[in-house]
Amino acid sequence: MDRVIFGDNQFFGVNHSSDEKSRAQVIKFKDNQSILNVLGIAVDEGINTFMCTTHDRIYEICHTIRSDSKFENFQIYPCMPYAHKYANAVTELGIIGTIKQYVPGNIFSTFAKGGLAFVKKDFISMMELMVDSEMKMFRGIPTPVIFIQNVITDLLLGLGMTDFFTSFHKYIREKYHAEPAYITMNLPLLLNTLESCGIENPTICASINKIGFRMSGGKEVYEKTIAEKRCRLIAMQVLAAGTIPPREALEYVCGMDGIESILFGASSRANIRNSKELIDLYSKRTTARFPLDTQTALN
Amino acid sequence: MIRAGIIGLGKMGISHAAILGAHPDINLVAVCDSSSLIIDVFKKYSKFETFSDYKKMIDSMNLEALVIASPTKYHGEMVSYALQNNIHLFCEKPFSLNYEDGKKLALQAGQLKLVNQVGYHNRFIGTFNEAKRLLSANLIGELYHFSGESYGPVVLKEKGGTWRSERNAGGGCLYDYASHTIDLINFILAKPVKVAGTQLKFIFSKDVEDAVFSNLTLESGLSGQLSVNWSDETYRKMNTQITLFGKKGKIIADATELKIYLKEDNKAFGLTKGWTIKDITGLTQNVDFYLRGEEYSAQLDYFIQNIKTKELRNISSFETASQTDEVISLLLNDNSSNN
Repeated sequence: MDRVIFGDNQFFGVNHSSDEKSRAQVIKFKDNQSILNVLGIAVDEGINTFMCTTHDRIYEICHTIRSDSKFENFQIYPCMPYAHKYANAVTELGIIGTIKQYVPGNIFSTFAKGGLAFVKKDFISMMELMVDSEMKMFRGIPTPVIFIQNVITDLLLGLGMTDFFTSFHKYIREKYHAEPAYITMNLPLLLNTLESCGIENPTICASINKIGFRMSGGKEVYEKTIAEKRCRLIAMQVLAAGTIPPREALEYVCGMDGIESILFGASSRANIRNSKELIDLYSKRTTARFPLDTQTALN
Repeated sequence: MIRAGIIGLGKMGISHAAILGAHPDINLVAVCDSSSLIIDVFKKYSKFETFSDYKKMIDSMNLEALVIASPTKYHGEMVSYALQNNIHLFCEKPFSLNYEDGKKLALQAGQLKLVNQVGYHNRFIGTFNEAKRLLSANLIGELYHFSGESYGPVVLKEKGGTWRSERNAGGGCLYDYASHTIDLINFILAKPVKVAGTQLKFIFSKDVEDAVFSNLTLESGLSGQLSVNWSDETYRKMNTQITLFGKKGKIIADATELKIYLKEDNKAFGLTKGWTIKDITGLTQNVDFYLRGEEYSAQLDYFIQNIKTKELRNISSFETASQTDEVISLLLNDNSSNN
């Protein structure tokens, strides 16, 4: 995975510290072109991995990514599903109504795979159908890592429904030849759980920041888990919803041995460049230690 | 470990099940739902015992604690049966369609010394608690107005088909959405005792209102406005905001931010004249397991700690939830008299 990964929260009005700012972002990114412009800036600044939710608007954005030569080395890490789409639908339509609306085809028709899965109550097949449905928008774009969103990961984690993790893991590898991955707000518990169901060295994206924001169970247990290097880790929410100044925030995460990539989102060229440069700067300092250690060992 | 069960595996019930499933003090042993599809998922993939009849679950599982997340119209009978079986209760909101029934159940739970709580999670959000604290310390002086607002994108088209689109089951924007806003007004200020000019507006739904607007008056005489709309797609998810207008300043609080405006410096609070913004990162405690928001874990953890310490005073009790139900019934009556 690349050291720097570009996120999408800013495009869809996700702001953890201010509902007001999030509405301002929605206004700013009303047109898909405004999103594509920012992605173009990210490419200019040397960032080629975009981690994004399966929001309806990504469908349109993918059209341009496929056809514009600017994005020829671009890859996407899809994160599914876009939870609010389903959560609002569940309040209105109920759980079965939501399945009917979002699982492709007429689920009650016994001829389609979905219909058959429904009649046989084969929920793993239903999950696979929903993955396929969400993955359609990325056709033709490299998607080497595919994530389950944190609401679903953490829901399955709390319910102990680990069969869905192992089935998702297998399905993503076999059907998409990609790395199955998990976003979580509960890193230590998730890692223990995945290992206990036979998933070794999983790829996980979790909140990691200097003030311990959204690090469930506390910062110490996270730091201990990270240092054990039992997973390939992407740090998100590194600025803790904008609370920590970028330099201080990035120095902390870049200095941690055990974090492979850093995810951040920004809307302006200045902020994208600044964050990328800071990550490169503080990462060099960390990796510079390794050659020296190797030399000592060789001597 | 406290043996616990859940009735109702809809959106809130499943979310509570995951939080309880991960809680170190809870042994979630049983779940109950009337949908065979949902029960089949739990039977097949979870370790919990599954039931379609809640009485059988209560009779056979020796529960100490129970979460009720069924449609509101069933709360009364379920709470009553659980109380007869001496079980601590966490019930989803709104508590009851008839506030007088709710008050009786509150009294009964108190007499039996059972912990009783209702899922008004805004009472566990740092920004709202800080607003309440600052207000009671008289930071912005005498209040002359307040407003409570909630907006979100639930019903955006003309269709519908669950209990949430049936008034008699406890559906509609008033029961589902506005109950949160009213409860927050109860929590931060006080219970409204008079309502006027209530308008329940139908936007897309046929049988229930999609928006609620009204003027509320508290016992102190302070008046303010309620404005709630679940058919507003300009919001990504439910957003609840309370604004307090005082002679010395103003407080605006939502789930993520607390904005304070002061006309003069306030040395006692260390606040300067003008705007001060505090956000949740500084006002929210970390939880041990996170799903959808700290407040959901915090409210259940509070329920569990109260069971362990046998603490009966609850910041979101059957009693306070019945007061919210009482305001809902005032709004319904006022709306009928307006039409």
